[in-house]
Amino acid sequence: MTQTRNLIDENGKRTDGRTINEMRPVKIIVGNIKNADGSAYIEFGKNKIVAAVYGPREVHPKHLALPDRCVLRCRYHMSPFSTDTRKNPAPSRREVEISKVMREALEPALMLEDYPRAAIDVFVEVLQSDGGSRCAGITAASVALADAGINMRDIVAACAAGKVDDKIVLDINDTEDKEGGADMPVAYMPRLDQITLMQLDGKLAPEQFNECLDKAVEGCKMVYEIQRQALMQKYFGNETEVKEEQ
Amino acid sequence: MSVSKRSTIIVEHLRKQQMMDAISKGKRLDGRDFNEQRPLEIELDVVKKANGSARVRLGDSEVIAGVKVETGEPFEGLENKGALIVSAEVLPTASPHVEPGPPDEETVELARVVDRGVRESEMVDLDKLVLVPGKIVYTIFVDCSVINADGNLFDATSYATVSALLSAKLPVLEMQNDKVVDTGKTQPMPVTTVPISITAVRIGDAVILDPSAEEEACMDARITITTSEAGFCALQKGYTGAFTIEQIKKAAETARIKGEEIRAKIKELTKYGQ
Repeated sequence: MTQTRNLIDENGKRTDGRTINEMRPVKIIVGNIKNADGSAYIEFGKNKIVAAVYGPREVHPKHLALPDRCVLRCRYHMSPFSTDTRKNPAPSRREVEISKVMREALEPALMLEDYPRAAIDVFVEVLQSDGGSRCAGITAASVALADAGINMRDIVAACAAGKVDDKIVLDINDTEDKEGGADMPVAYMPRLDQITLMQLDGKLAPEQFNECLDKAVEGCKMVYEIQRQALMQKYFGNETEVKEEQ
Repeated sequence: MSVSKRSTIIVEHLRKQQMMDAISKGKRLDGRDFNEQRPLEIELDVVKKANGSARVRLGDSEVIAGVKVETGEPFEGLENKGALIVSAEVLPTASPHVEPGPPDEETVELARVVDRGVRESEMVDLDKLVLVPGKIVYTIFVDCSVINADGNLFDATSYATVSALLSAKLPVLEMQNDKVVDTGKTQPMPVTTVPISITAVRIGDAVILDPSAEEEACMDARITITTSEAGFCALQKGYTGAFTIEQIKKAAETARIKGEEIRAKIKELTKYGQ
């Protein structure tokens, strides 16, 4: 989509007052859903998303079970009130696709071979959307999986970069997504240095492609730190701070 | 809900071992190089009832795309633009593993990725497809049917869509007394660029282009990169494995070089610009 108006002002500030390398504020709370085996709540800018993990548990219907590993089931869903105009609660084609890429983004991090014939269910519900909800959803789901005690190779962190006013910027918001030049969501495992989700829509010149990818990965590394802090906060509370001081 | 499942195509252990052995020696089971695509054949105007159509064969994968032009209301927020919708279906003729019924998530992804390439490259100049601003616009449907599936449906479907659009004849419509009238004349589709998708899969440490069905059954991860003359316009990573950053950057470079080749070939075969 070609851009029709400027989204970065003369002081280098974006529509929400951020600079081009600045991420929206991120807050993660672990274990917010008591009934779930693992859960997380994330606020990523104006995104408000809950993620719940149930499992490993028995697979129903049984024919879906795999003999050598666990099946991962993922649902990304937007609440009808999460968007400007009401969203029909039935799953849209967009949600079908995001559920799929989200599952594929999480699977490489999970040791599914440790739970043969079982299922792990991940439910991601977008309560309020603000652009970049798939990245925020993956980020929350990954924390919820860790909270559920699932064996993992790494935590998956996700963040987008994109093009606004022909500049590569970190973490695209809703306005920039709709009116800007390009959006590149990326999910990344920092410890393994591997990309588990990547999409692009919008035009990028050849020299901008690598810049955009590198910027998104930098964003993922920032998100990773916030995920770690949130998990530490739940499991070690203030103890960690004390240890670090010593 | 998206559920992890085993590959529908079962490749015997020995066959997979053969494939891995070949790949470790820089070869593929069908004799191709890692960066070599299967032969591409394009036949145009295969369906006379459509405004444009193409049959594409990429190896043994076969896709028919048909363009149908109608009029309708513009999309909300895009009042002064025509509408273009690409959809795809994998027919039960395509393989023993396809059942009739509503599209599964893989087919939804296929249609959305192909649509994204055409939409984001702004291949068709939608500003030129308006009859009454805000009220009546051309609505262009590109429907793709996969007739036979032998891997890399993303590229085969994308090439079929692009070829059908390039060769389509747009009816010249006019407004007379508030009614849409077909003048009986036609004009070429207002095309600005030709988007080309290139799909690669990772098997072990090797990244190979244009996977066959057998190779897809052994893949760890997949990436589809669409380029236009101006640069990159769409990308989709798929499947349950991961890529390193270097592998993606290299695939992007390959997609640009190979994309140029395929673009020239499709332009030649569709006689575009001649």
